[in-house]
Amino acid sequence: MALANNETAPLFASGASSTLRLIAYLAIAIVLMVADHRNEYLYRIRLALNEAIEPTYRIAAWPSQIARQVSLAITDRQQLTERNTQLSEQLLLAQARLNRLGVLRDENQRLQELLDVQRGLGLGVQLAKIIDVDIDPSRHRIIVDAGSRQSVEIGEAVLDAHGVMGQIVEVLPNISTVLLITDPAHALPVTIERTGMRVIAHGSVALDRLELPNVPISADIRVGDKLITSGLGGHFPAGFPVGEIRSISNDASGMFAAADARPSAALDRSGEVLILHQLPDPIGPPAPARPDGPPAEMSR
Amino acid sequence: MNRARANFWLFWGSVVLCFILQLMPLPQVFLPLKPYWLALVLAYWVLEMPDRVGLGLAFILGLCGDVIAPDLLGENAMRLCILCFILLRFRARLRFFPMWQQALAILALLLNDRIVVLMVRACAGEPPPPAAFWLEPITGALAWPWVFLLLDDLRARVRTTES
Repeated sequence: MALANNETAPLFASGASSTLRLIAYLAIAIVLMVADHRNEYLYRIRLALNEAIEPTYRIAAWPSQIARQVSLAITDRQQLTERNTQLSEQLLLAQARLNRLGVLRDENQRLQELLDVQRGLGLGVQLAKIIDVDIDPSRHRIIVDAGSRQSVEIGEAVLDAHGVMGQIVEVLPNISTVLLITDPAHALPVTIERTGMRVIAHGSVALDRLELPNVPISADIRVGDKLITSGLGGHFPAGFPVGEIRSISNDASGMFAAADARPSAALDRSGEVLILHQLPDPIGPPAPARPDGPPAEMSR
Repeated sequence: MNRARANFWLFWGSVVLCFILQLMPLPQVFLPLKPYWLALVLAYWVLEMPDRVGLGLAFILGLCGDVIAPDLLGENAMRLCILCFILLRFRARLRFFPMWQQALAILALLLNDRIVVLMVRACAGEPPPPAAFWLEPITGALAWPWVFLLLDDLRARVRTTES
């Protein structure tokens, strides 16, 4: 017995004390996690350590930046020419559409003045670059290079050229974190453009999928329907494209239908995003897409 | 004296490199395959220098990891502490395992780590992760021999240049 004790002594001498220490550390970790979960302490610590965190992100983004530069440098001429023609075609189209929209905007303004509507469409928009770092594959978050010094605030909507990407959830002085609309923790009030039906688009575990649970079975919803933001909840202005219905099925209980949508924003590609500064009075239902009912006074 | 300093630099260099590797972007397909670098490198140092690298250091490195990748404060710290504790317990045996057995042990450790993550996230009220969540320990175990050999080689070089 004594011999056995001697033999195991060097292996397990620190056993009891280190178990105690482990328990102590685990207890501290659990207390920290609970405190952080309740009170967002992590955010304050990150704010304090910003000077250390930000350079780390920039350094971690170097490899992908270098890769992009290299791929740009070795793209051949033909590809570039193709891309150029493609882009100029797109520009032409966009220009034409803009001209048409300009006329519509003027008309809209006149009508709004007639109706004495306060709400303007002047959107404060800011361009930001995505810093290409991966925080955690199971959480759909990105980091952009604009922060509180660029007057970004928590809750502001983030868009790209094709639609809504997400919203700002954390702001450090020069960078901020965006929660994408496909994050499992994110829910976005949307309307179906064709019918005006309001639904909520939840994130999922996949980066190219939005879930619309609890749609009434009798609802008029089809594959290919476009989803736009409804403006309810006040975080996102109304009328921005969110996605397109990809499939509709019954949910597990059979009481509701559940739809799948594909986000229209290019969430998995990096580049530049637009941060939308909050509107003065963003709360309220959206204007109907095509007001072809009776005038407002009559319907009241 | 000088050698200790070189070792010090090697240690902190590897840790900083880990943080950067952890943040480094990868194509979408490979994201779930990214090994938990911090755990691998910490495992190496625990096996080789247990007198310097203990639970306290694991805890602090974990906290750094939490702050850099905004997880729940304490999540990484808890994971690394558990990992470090198990490694310290079985260090004497693990050290003399052949490489493939060591890799298997690391696989088991990382699987355990995933279970800890799952528990923490379930308590925080997050939805269950996708199936690809379980791929990470496998790549971690596959990466282990390379991490081990690389760090061992670097350390041997430091030793020979000094003496």
